[in-house]
Amino acid sequence: MIEFTLWDILRNLALALRWTVALSLIAFIGGGLVGGLLLCLRIGLGRKTQRLIGAYVALFQGSPLLIQLFLAYFGLSLLGVEVSAWTAASLALTLYTSAYLVEIWRGCVEAVPKGQWEAARSLAMSFGEQLRHVILPQAARLAIAPTVGFLVQVIKGTALASVIGFVELTKAGGMIANASFKPFLVFGCVALFYFALCFPVSLAAQHLERKQHGRTT
Amino acid sequence: MIEFDFGAVLAEWPLLLRGLAWTVGLTAVAVPLGLLIATLGAWARACGSAALRRAVGVYVELLRNTPFIVQLFFVFFGLPAMGVKLSPEAASLIAMTLNLGAYGTEILRAGIQAAPRGQWEAAQSLALGPTQVFTRVILPPAFKRVWPAMTSQIVIVMLGSAVCGQISTEELSYATNLIHSRNFRAFEATFVALAIYLALTLMLRRFLLWAGPRWFFGGASLPMRPSLWRRLGRAAGAGAGAAND
Repeated sequence: MIEFTLWDILRNLALALRWTVALSLIAFIGGGLVGGLLLCLRIGLGRKTQRLIGAYVALFQGSPLLIQLFLAYFGLSLLGVEVSAWTAASLALTLYTSAYLVEIWRGCVEAVPKGQWEAARSLAMSFGEQLRHVILPQAARLAIAPTVGFLVQVIKGTALASVIGFVELTKAGGMIANASFKPFLVFGCVALFYFALCFPVSLAAQHLERKQHGRTT
Repeated sequence: MIEFDFGAVLAEWPLLLRGLAWTVGLTAVAVPLGLLIATLGAWARACGSAALRRAVGVYVELLRNTPFIVQLFFVFFGLPAMGVKLSPEAASLIAMTLNLGAYGTEILRAGIQAAPRGQWEAAQSLALGPTQVFTRVILPPAFKRVWPAMTSQIVIVMLGSAVCGQISTEELSYATNLIHSRNFRAFEATFVALAIYLALTLMLRRFLLWAGPRWFFGGASLPMRPSLWRRLGRAAGAGAGAAND
């Protein structure tokens, strides 16, 4: 039998932490891209698109992420795609992230006063120009704090990828706990690793929010 | 060509129903307990000593910055090593309650902070005790202010209960996994679960937004109506009176 020292546990968890970070980044960047695209569609196109995107958001916010992961995993294999836990987790988390981000960003765009649109239009800007030069810069400033806050949600969401066999921090923790018979210590360490990852991001989001309120009021 | 067979999944409806009952049941127990912790936590942060405020702050930040699944594993796998043995259901309930308690504390704190200073002072000048000021004057409007956010959080906790299947609590996602291990209709079973969760979310949200003002922080915005508890009390009193006659 192999003896696990605290150092072994910490080292292995730190190695697994890389995959949590990698998956978080994939989901966040992918979700940001898809979310941005959906946001543009939502602003630019008619009522029907708005409804459709609203339904998309409701679907992802109204069902457990775990079920979404399973659905991606089984759905992809049904389509004949060779699925690894990587693909399924990346896909599900990207779509999940995009649904939340498009909702957050929509709120930010709507928070830009109507007069700004009208003023931009009166300067004979095209729709794209209105968006690019007038609306989005202002909305982006509002969006930074809640977007950073949502990153915490994404990092925590990646823990569920362990369920479909993706070896990240939680899965590694489970495997080490089984091998070392020290579940209290191991899961305590796993929690602390997540905390060390998420807490600074939370603080940053709080700080940004406070700074913003200081500016607007 | 992909062929779907939802019939094979729906034929297992007793399993689905049992899973649904567990999901609803866990939520129904965890939510009131979680709200109780949230209330106590918010009270501690508003009125408690510096040490208490700090302790509650640590609890809130620890729970808010770790994934629910890790909390659940810690309670279910970790605590037995310290001599606390828990059934999967009890562990799920504890994890859900503590989770909602932490988020709820933070949400409610925002509602309490928004209460104007004058309300505290006005209540004190009416010779209400500190507890009375908090529970009668500050708390109900605070709940009312944050109820939409609290509703969202409660929905998130209900959806989070899907994870509890991982420690073999027999809720809806566990039932789904059981079904597709029997008939190999994995996609269909998961799809059906998705539909049920969506319906559940919709109904829970509606219910909470409807029930909150009526029963919970009653009457602040509505025409004065006796709260559920008072009506139940009255009904019980009438019942007792009838029994005496």
